[in-house]
Amino acid sequence: MYIQAAAGISPQPSFERLLTAPAVYTGNRLSCVEPDYNQLIDPKMIRRMSRIIKMGVAAAMDCLKTASVDMPGAIVTGTAYGCLADTETFLGKMIENDEELLTPTAFIQSTHNTVGAQIALLLKCHNYNNTFVHRGASFESALLDAITLLGEQQVSTVLVGGIDELTATGYTLLSRFGLYKQDVTDSTSLYNRHTRGTIAGEGAAFFLLADQPAGNDYAQLNGISAFYKPGSLAEIEKHIRDLLSAHAVDIDDIDMVITGDNGNIKEDRVYEQLRSSVFRNTPNARFKHLCGEYPTAASFALWLAANMIKEQLVPSCVRAAPADVKPRRILIYNHYQYTYHALYLLSVC
Amino acid sequence: MADLKQQIIAQLSLKDLKPEDIGDDQPLFVEGLGLDSIDALELIVLLQQVYKIKLANAEEGQHVFRSVRTMAQYIMEHQPGTAS
Amino acid sequence: MRSPVFIAGAGIISAIGNDIAGNLAALESEAAGMGEMQFLRSVHRHKLPVAEVKMNNAALAERAGMSADIGRAALLSAVAAKEALRNAAIDNLSTWRTGFISANTIGGMDKTEDFFKDFLHHPHQGRLRNLVHHECGAVTELVADQLGIKNYISTISTACSSSANAIFFAARLIRQGMLDIVVAGGTDALTRFTLNGFNTLMIVDQQFCQPFDENRRGLNLGEGAGYIVLVSEKVARTLLHQPVCTLSGYCNANDAYHQTASSPDGTGSYLAMKGALEQSGLRPGDIDYINLHGTGTNNNDIAEGTAIKMLFEGYYPPMSSTKSFTGHTLGASGGIEAVFAMLSIQHGLIYPNLRLETPMKELPFMPEKQFRKGVPVRHVLSNSFGFGGNCSSLIFSKI
Repeated sequence: MYIQAAAGISPQPSFERLLTAPAVYTGNRLSCVEPDYNQLIDPKMIRRMSRIIKMGVAAAMDCLKTASVDMPGAIVTGTAYGCLADTETFLGKMIENDEELLTPTAFIQSTHNTVGAQIALLLKCHNYNNTFVHRGASFESALLDAITLLGEQQVSTVLVGGIDELTATGYTLLSRFGLYKQDVTDSTSLYNRHTRGTIAGEGAAFFLLADQPAGNDYAQLNGISAFYKPGSLAEIEKHIRDLLSAHAVDIDDIDMVITGDNGNIKEDRVYEQLRSSVFRNTPNARFKHLCGEYPTAASFALWLAANMIKEQLVPSCVRAAPADVKPRRILIYNHYQYTYHALYLLSVC
Repeated sequence: MADLKQQIIAQLSLKDLKPEDIGDDQPLFVEGLGLDSIDALELIVLLQQVYKIKLANAEEGQHVFRSVRTMAQYIMEHQPGTAS
Repeated sequence: MRSPVFIAGAGIISAIGNDIAGNLAALESEAAGMGEMQFLRSVHRHKLPVAEVKMNNAALAERAGMSADIGRAALLSAVAAKEALRNAAIDNLSTWRTGFISANTIGGMDKTEDFFKDFLHHPHQGRLRNLVHHECGAVTELVADQLGIKNYISTISTACSSSANAIFFAARLIRQGMLDIVVAGGTDALTRFTLNGFNTLMIVDQQFCQPFDENRRGLNLGEGAGYIVLVSEKVARTLLHQPVCTLSGYCNANDAYHQTASSPDGTGSYLAMKGALEQSGLRPGDIDYINLHGTGTNNNDIAEGTAIKMLFEGYYPPMSSTKSFTGHTLGASGGIEAVFAMLSIQHGLIYPNLRLETPMKELPFMPEKQFRKGVPVRHVLSNSFGFGGNCSSLIFSKI
């Protein structure tokens, strides 16, 4: 299957130039750099949209524009938290006003399928529309839906996206759970602290997947593998080997492995172990210093990998060690809180 | 009516509009300002919150919210303690 | 269709019963589940009737074998999913690749509401334990762990069509050979969040709802969970009991008209029903019963009715909205109504549309008013439509 286009809104501003001037953050919270939405969304429809809806819809529109596709065969989104800001607004007012004098706007936009629905509404797209909300596997679920839809050969393109927003309240709450580092100086030093906790992130990334090549595709998505609560490192290694062998690829054929290190010494241990086993001889790239950690962060990695293959370059800001690699095959391995694990295999078209 | 226009703009997040952009008799829905059924529900709460007027059902709103003038008239006629 | 997907069993809990037997008895005796709220705490207690499951959290937790501290949606889910697995009676479940695909719209919102009250006082207040299962996915995860299902778990949330889409997705994973067995459906519990949300839309009926009635006033919210066990042909051959039906058609379409309202001519509903018929290779005249989405709102019933008129003209099968029994259970409704569809085929049942007095003047047909049994039911169409224009239809066919 082919990635015809990829587009995203993330804490990084330089999407067009593939991270030539990456934004560096101090502190433990990364927020999206938002574009001028009026260029991407009908201004009449922006009025009610909260931030996550604008981010998601804009990324989706940008993706379709890049692919020169007006009407996708299906729209599938993945989000762990959904529309947090609208949920907080309605919940807060409901409690403060003691269930009286409430207005509908925040409520109707708090439903998890709002981004997918607004894209359909904007495009007047009557086709298949679905939303997955499965924590750290939300985006992978959406991708599996897209892949199996293409597999039924009833549609030829699927617009699929991963979206999560971090609101001030969400950040406060997740901080209380101890998710974030207290000692981080700036985002480039994320991997050197060897302490607990990570940095908070958010983003929206959309992809147009197609079963046939369009001629100017970003990359081929050869396969994905998602697994839940693996029992051991050996089990993870087996999933990696299984995915590679299912596509007749040897680990030595992989030019770059992108790993989901997030600076949390506890959660990064498995990446370290793989770097001295399966990935021993494979160049390594990391990405969470650019987008922060969030449940659908692997969608940022997929955006990055698709762009790296399209541009045939590896931005210096993601490399662990200097290497002149022109990536023809990339493997992504990410896990979210060691519960939800995902592998993506991509290659040049 | 300028106050009412300001309240409508705030309640419905019509950020690009100023009170003077809304004509007194301009239709608020569809062909006029382009408001929809959700906006009608928002306006019902506006009446309740600011003017203590409770509409019995959403259908009644169709007539009341035809324009700023019809809204103002309705408020004058129904506001508690206001002589009509 | 490449290979058929069989329905090997079902499990349900709703306002009219705590299991299949309880639901069947209530359907036959035409006993609706609405009433004044007993468990939900809301200022609307005396004003808005709801269709609550008639068990408190402690009793549900005991039946589910889980802690009473977790959210009600997870407890309801576990009770129904466990019944579904018992009902399917699959030997050596662990030898198959098994999935759990569950839908919901509110996650652990009931607990979050408690948390948020304290949190609004001060950002350091509120018990984090009440927040830990807030996400929709957490509900599924808790129950999957309880069921011991690990090969694949996922959660769908497309408002009121959520669990129909979970069933749809499950069928596709089986057909493409990725899984052998999937427990699919959905759950939702009543919360102040949803009750007040629907109330702001002025579509909550202050009396018991009257779907497809000329004088309908809106919906009653309900709660519950419903799951069916979908299996591949290979698994079906090993079963002790012959499966009752297959999932023969399904379609998901979008109305693309408005965030909450349906288009007047029911474009999305029409496309979903038509697509499901095409997928199953059936004609409108083959359908023996339609389980309507039938929420009782002015807007839904006229849109759905208009779409049925367009598609079924001359062949109107018996139809009814079982939401007149269970209330609108949101993310659970597609699952609960899939269970009703299976039972309709299994026992030859047509369910009544309760409290129907005056047929809608725009429609040339009218839903069933009486419970009927012993009816040969071969094909059932089940509709689930939701916010965001999400419309899904499923067709179940007798084997």
